Amino acid sequence: MTRATVARTPVTTPIAFSAEQLAEVRRLQSLYPNPRGALLPVLHMAQDTFGYVSLEVEEYVAGLFSLSPAHVHEVVTFYTMYFQQPKGRHVVSVCHNLSCHLAGAGTLVDHLKQRLGIDVGETTEDGRITLLTVECLCACEAAPMMQVDDRYELNLTPEKIDRILEGLQ
Amino acid sequence: MSEKILSRNFERPDAYTLAAYRATGGYQAWDKAQGMEPAAITEEVKKSNLRGLGGAGFPTGMKWSFIPKDHAGPVYLVVNADEGEPGTFKDRYILERDPHALIEGMLIAARAVRCALGFVYIRGEYVTPWRVFSGAVREAYDAGLLGQGFDVVVHRGAGAYICGEETGLISSLEGKKGWPKVKPPFPAIKGAFGMPTIVNNVETLACVPHIVNRGAAWFAGLGTKTQGGTRMYSVSGRVNRPGVYEAPVSVTLRQLIYDHAGGVSATGRLKAVVPGGSSAPILTADEIDVTMDVDGLRNAGSMIGSAGVVVFDESVSVPDALAVVARFYAHESCGQCTPCRESTGWIEKQVKRIAEGKGRKDDLDTILDVASRGAGTTICAFYDGAVGPYISYIKKFRAEFEALIPK
Ligand SMILES: Cc1cc2nc3c(=O)[nH]c(=O)nc-3n(C[C@H](O)[C@H](O)[C@H](O)COP(=O)(O)O)c2cc1C
Ligand code: SF4
Ligand code: FES
Repeated sequence: MTRATVARTPVTTPIAFSAEQLAEVRRLQSLYPNPRGALLPVLHMAQDTFGYVSLEVEEYVAGLFSLSPAHVHEVVTFYTMYFQQPKGRHVVSVCHNLSCHLAGAGTLVDHLKQRLGIDVGETTEDGRITLLTVECLCACEAAPMMQVDDRYELNLTPEKIDRILEGLQ
Repeated sequence: MSEKILSRNFERPDAYTLAAYRATGGYQAWDKAQGMEPAAITEEVKKSNLRGLGGAGFPTGMKWSFIPKDHAGPVYLVVNADEGEPGTFKDRYILERDPHALIEGMLIAARAVRCALGFVYIRGEYVTPWRVFSGAVREAYDAGLLGQGFDVVVHRGAGAYICGEETGLISSLEGKKGWPKVKPPFPAIKGAFGMPTIVNNVETLACVPHIVNRGAAWFAGLGTKTQGGTRMYSVSGRVNRPGVYEAPVSVTLRQLIYDHAGGVSATGRLKAVVPGGSSAPILTADEIDVTMDVDGLRNAGSMIGSAGVVVFDESVSVPDALAVVARFYAHESCGQCTPCRESTGWIEKQVKRIAEGKGRKDDLDTILDVASRGAGTTICAFYDGAVGPYISYIKKFRAEFEALIPK
């Protein structure tokens, strides 16, 4: 469950939620017997808002929960969906677990690497796409498959992947 | 083919709406349950022989009866929608295509255990299922089904297989990293936020309205002596028609592969089957005349787990497949227990080396030796689930591994 930490680029946008977002944070916190239950949902909000979960974002979120930044850091580093470094405008996550492996996921990963000119775990120089491999996304009936941002892309072929990449700006 | 119960609405394009659900008899069980004593609901579920469909196969009614009767504080219901067992995709179908079945099951379960607050923990990657299910919850609130003594919070995970383990799930729901906890205490005694908690799988709860509607005897009669009902089998890998197939739990693996999923693809010749998600020990082509219930697979030396069936045809390399599986367990171990953390990492490297043709003569015996220790000593069953494939793949396909090792 470890992910390499990389030197952080300085953050230019101020780290603060809008008044509406703050109200949403309070609402989420009120849903749980202990407000800390809302930590994962609020970290999702933070990532959507600030692009990734930097140390500054961790500190800011910790403040909203009266938690130590160390606790928030421990949580952020445990889960695969929080990015601790800037990611591309789109994230392409190819499943390489068993059923996708049987359906040729390895070839698709090679195809993507070659098309994008990057390795798994890297982002294209124009900041357009981050390429990842992930474990079973539980859509094995449509293997091989991948997740592109929020969407599942199913029954992939190299040609289908090329069409999908063209649609990502 | 047998009657569709859980999947009866899957083909309706509007099945996720309250109107469609009601049109097919939805929420009638909830009406009926409101006239029943909580203890009578639990009794009915016990008699139905419903067993948990998330992996462990624990009798559901019995689990519900473990909530302490004298407990004065709140009781929570936590739905495990963290579907992550490789080869499994059934809960996604319910969340997207029949979300009200889960909500109705939750309402009835909550009445049975006197619970006023339920959480649905949906894996973070399931964005569409999360949106569809959240929409159904809003509809249920607007219709006055929720918010009248029972509230539902939809919670999103953030990517970690181990959060599917019930105590890891609870840690995660509490805003912590998803580390499993030592049992006992079991969640029914001390669970989410320190309170008695029932953790049930999505599909388990989706069975409950049918039990209430049509009776425990009917449900029990659908299955085997020790497990009632139908369930949804996820079938993938080298088959002609991969997909979710509902069948009575007495269905055989052979029937699932050949009658439901259209037979073996690629070479057309069966080599092996993973019958219950990647943690289930592998079966050879000669071992598929087993019934796909909890006890049927236990007697066959494997487990039904999440009922995710992954089919290998003759052309599949078993060592390559084990390398994929071993990488998964090494990646997902939460690292708390020494045997799990160390062995999953070490075995991943060994298997990879063998699959790449760089193994050494004693490697297989060393792996088997390492894998034969430590199971049953760890905090959670994750490690037992890793050991199952290590040992079974190597023992049943040893010659194929040996052929890769330079003489
Ligand atoms: C490593 C591991 C992963 C698990 N993943 C899931 C899962 O994704 N979904 C699930 O419902 N149960 C999963 N379980 C089983 C849960 O711990 C628990 O038994 C189940 O959610 C209880 O619900 P049920 O009795 O209705 O099956 C997992 C167990 C282990 C050990
Ligand atoms: S068995 Fe493995 S996954 Fe389970 S608690 Fe121990 S280290 Fe974590
Ligand atoms: S193995 Fe790729 S979605 Fe399950």
